[in-house]
Amino acid sequence: MKTDDLIAMLGTNVEPVRRPAGRTLVLVIAGGVLLAACLVLAVMGLRPELDRSLPYLLLKIGLMLPILIPASIVLSRLARPGGERRVSLALLSLPLLAVMGLAIGALSLTPMSHWRTEIVGDEWIECLVSIPVIAIVPFATIIWAVRRMAPTDLVRAGAVSGLVAGCVSAMGYALHCAAESVAFISVWYGGTVVLCTLAGALLGPRLLRW
Amino acid sequence: MVEDELKPLMLASLRGEAAAHRELLSRLSGNLRVYYRGKLARIGRSATEAEDLVQEALMAIHMRRHTYDPAQLLTPWVRAIARYKLIDHLRHTRGSMSDVRIDGIDPLVEEDAAAGVESSIDLSRLMAGLPEKMRTAVQAVKLDGLSVAETATKFKMSESSVKVSVHRGLKALAAMIGREKLS
Repeated sequence: MKTDDLIAMLGTNVEPVRRPAGRTLVLVIAGGVLLAACLVLAVMGLRPELDRSLPYLLLKIGLMLPILIPASIVLSRLARPGGERRVSLALLSLPLLAVMGLAIGALSLTPMSHWRTEIVGDEWIECLVSIPVIAIVPFATIIWAVRRMAPTDLVRAGAVSGLVAGCVSAMGYALHCAAESVAFISVWYGGTVVLCTLAGALLGPRLLRW
Repeated sequence: MVEDELKPLMLASLRGEAAAHRELLSRLSGNLRVYYRGKLARIGRSATEAEDLVQEALMAIHMRRHTYDPAQLLTPWVRAIARYKLIDHLRHTRGSMSDVRIDGIDPLVEEDAAAGVESSIDLSRLMAGLPEKMRTAVQAVKLDGLSVAETATKFKMSESSVKVSVHRGLKALAAMIGREKLS
């Protein structure tokens, strides 16, 4: 085929672009938050004694939102061709580092003999399993939306997709999670979200190829 | 690439102006050809292969033009697509590099290859691989130049169904081009 023939074909009856990319991604992320919350409420149930433990629920959400919002903005850039030029991943890791700092701070205030009960708690395994599992569906829809936007740095786009899905999932899981230790929350919430990010980075090149 | 000249063309093409779209693709094809030939010649690949990539990139630019954010520069967007398609191509043809016969490349033909070089992509063969509805719609609207309304009347389809079929057909063709050049 001659390239001029291809150009003639593509240039015949050109449709205007009705919906610029980007809105879908925002909708998908917002939908993911709703979905994760509904899933947790339906399958695992809201944690009991919510009025007493409300500060902990707010802490969990308060730790995740400052990661989720910048990560979503970064993702909407990374998702477009050449968007990797316009993002700074160092900036994105700041809230994550803050969570880790909080973990270290909380631990240093706790006597070492209590570390085991503080971090390991009763339900670390539930947290470690639930957050990635709840993240699967939001991750899949985010990947679908990002792929349509033709990212050109698949590792980073995949990693940030995983990060966003992880945060979305952690916020949903927080509705059920009964942990009431700052050290526990920052270690396991931060840790699983990092895990989701790594999984996203590994899967990105396969899932996002276009 | 000249940002100031190309960006207005892109904005017009996003509004659906066919002449601007053709002009844009045609200008970009020149840039892409220089880029891909330069890169591929260095590793002993043919001009035909470069032209395959030119066409694949043009197809990608066309299909993905909704991802261009008018608030940003156009040239980095195009460059990112061109580079992405090159890396993707090299990654998936690494194995077939050993198949390239050095004596099979005719230096005269290579040097003579001007803008008119053909790719190895056979459009009519690809078209034959499309489901009938998509093929009919693409053939009428994109190749025969009938309007969407005319096509709809002629083939007793609704206008929106024609538009959807054209879009899906082009998408399928773009995917086939990606596979075709590997085989």
